[in-house]
Amino acid sequence: MPTENSMTKESPPIGIGKESASPVRTELSVKSSAITDDVRTQHAVAQFLYRQSELLDAKLWQHYIDLFADDGHYWMPAMPEQTTGEGVPSIFYEDKNLMRVRMKRVLHPDAWSQRPLWGTSHVVSNVVVESIDAESGDVTVRSRFHMLELRRDNTRHFAGSYLHHLTQIADGYLIRLQRVDMVNAQAPYDYVLQVWV
Amino acid sequence: MLLERISNLAELVEPDRVHRQVYTDADIFRLEMERIHERVWIYCGHESQVPKAGDYCAVQIGRQPMLMVRGNDRQVRVLYNRCPHRGNMMCGDRQGNTGDFFRCSYHAWTFHHDGKLKNIPMMESGYDGTRLTRDNPDCNMKSAARVESYRGFVFASLADDGPSLTEFLGPSKIAFDDMCDRAPMGEVEIVPNCFRVIQNSNWKIFLENQLDALHPSVTHQSTGRAALDVENEIKKETGHAPLSYHMLSAFASVTIEKWDDFQTLNYPNGHCILTGYMGLRPQDPDTLAYEQSLVDAYGEKRKDEILSTNIHHVLIYPGLSVQSPLQQLRAVRPLGVDKTLTEIWHFRLKGAPEPIYRRALAYYNLVNSPATLVNADDLENFWKIHQGLSSDGGDWVNFQRHYGRDVENNGVVQTGPGMGTSEAPMRNQMKAWAKYMKSGNEAH
Repeated sequence: MPTENSMTKESPPIGIGKESASPVRTELSVKSSAITDDVRTQHAVAQFLYRQSELLDAKLWQHYIDLFADDGHYWMPAMPEQTTGEGVPSIFYEDKNLMRVRMKRVLHPDAWSQRPLWGTSHVVSNVVVESIDAESGDVTVRSRFHMLELRRDNTRHFAGSYLHHLTQIADGYLIRLQRVDMVNAQAPYDYVLQVWV
Repeated sequence: MLLERISNLAELVEPDRVHRQVYTDADIFRLEMERIHERVWIYCGHESQVPKAGDYCAVQIGRQPMLMVRGNDRQVRVLYNRCPHRGNMMCGDRQGNTGDFFRCSYHAWTFHHDGKLKNIPMMESGYDGTRLTRDNPDCNMKSAARVESYRGFVFASLADDGPSLTEFLGPSKIAFDDMCDRAPMGEVEIVPNCFRVIQNSNWKIFLENQLDALHPSVTHQSTGRAALDVENEIKKETGHAPLSYHMLSAFASVTIEKWDDFQTLNYPNGHCILTGYMGLRPQDPDTLAYEQSLVDAYGEKRKDEILSTNIHHVLIYPGLSVQSPLQQLRAVRPLGVDKTLTEIWHFRLKGAPEPIYRRALAYYNLVNSPATLVNADDLENFWKIHQGLSSDGGDWVNFQRHYGRDVENNGVVQTGPGMGTSEAPMRNQMKAWAKYMKSGNEAH
């Protein structure tokens, strides 16, 4: 099970913590040319991420869970410096079985907090293919998201980054690990999170 | 003016019902902060949160921003988070290390860890001939009137007088004894993460829910059913399911009628205990290894005593809910009459095998994280309760379930056999509330 975050100190995320223009531009151009070596991968991965977020907004929970490999995990760390979901507090750390508990709970007619009108809209962007395993075709990909949620009369705004470890299958990808780092994960939650972000 | 308007607080609390104003009136909330939260012992944190000299944590006591800080002398103190010069907060972060001294970000006044003035820039030329002198206590960061800790759990009281911490806790100190005794080394240490969730409701609504044995099978039905379904599927497939599923499916398998079989114990000062219902003594290899570590530390007989302590929640009124068998607690910080912050912490049993920590951690993540599968529906209820109580549809909150059938012994109110769903804990809390609010009145 992959638990390592590829965004380690050795390879800081592009564009974070660097304000001066020229070094960043240089770094980006190098990375970009590496990425453009496989435009098809970039396209396929981006499509995968967009579709995944659409499943959340459409509340197609089972389809969403189906995107995960049998040993896959959805993980939202409690703290940004965490490198594994094992043995540490997490906001979410769910295998497919726990994800099914969450789905079944949300769909139960007596899930009281689910009765009021609610909906979300995700925007996923800044899709950066971090690495491609030449042999297996497995991909590590970073992206950023914004999510607006309406719940009863209130809106909430969550944003942050995704890190996907994707494993290639015949007709696409499955998620071995999705790490979700929300910028506002550390802020107090006015109400809670009911489904995956 | 305020006292004139709510001249007789006693009329708002009857033994079996409470006036809705107690939950919704902003003036009563201000009075509660003054007479309850800013007088009684309030939980600040655990000593292991500030292991090194200069380590501090911000904590709210009533309306007062405070700092819990470890001194060079190893002592843990609680200070007002305020510079005596112009009132600037000394620390803006929730936690950190202040170094050898506190330094104000406004004019660089510095203070020792005990709050005493260290230095003021150009003090002699600036203040010579004024009434500001180094020995003037007004130049110090003010300390909480009283600070005590019990088994590593630090409490502060902002009132000079009153019972000691152990007198205040009374039998409810079992929350900390039970938690620490379950560790082979006899103590716990903080898991350095705080989940913070805001409830849009009065603080008392949360406390009343904590020992409400009638609500789980109603409020948490959806989660209990969902977990039971998946638990059974896993069992069919692999023979046994992780204990975390059982912790959730108990909400469905313990049906509403069965909750009467449990018991609440209601103590002076509003503290109460709900006995355990999840049956957390499985006999898997991890548990047996853990039990052996307790035998090695304490002997067979004491091990059995420790593990047979039957507690689900201990409520320490007015601001702490402790789940000792799972080593977690929720501290209640009232933010306003209709807004309450809960700070949720987990502890590690020192000397216990890793799987025992992991098991409790699963509960912390599933039940107490901001993605909680359980408390979500409580929070929905809390908001709806507060909305309902704000209406003119009725004046009273009803606490009459099994009223008059409680058994009282030496000041301890026990629910009678088969009456676990008694609303005795709510009556007990309101009794303490009325006592505090009245005694505050006399004191003023």
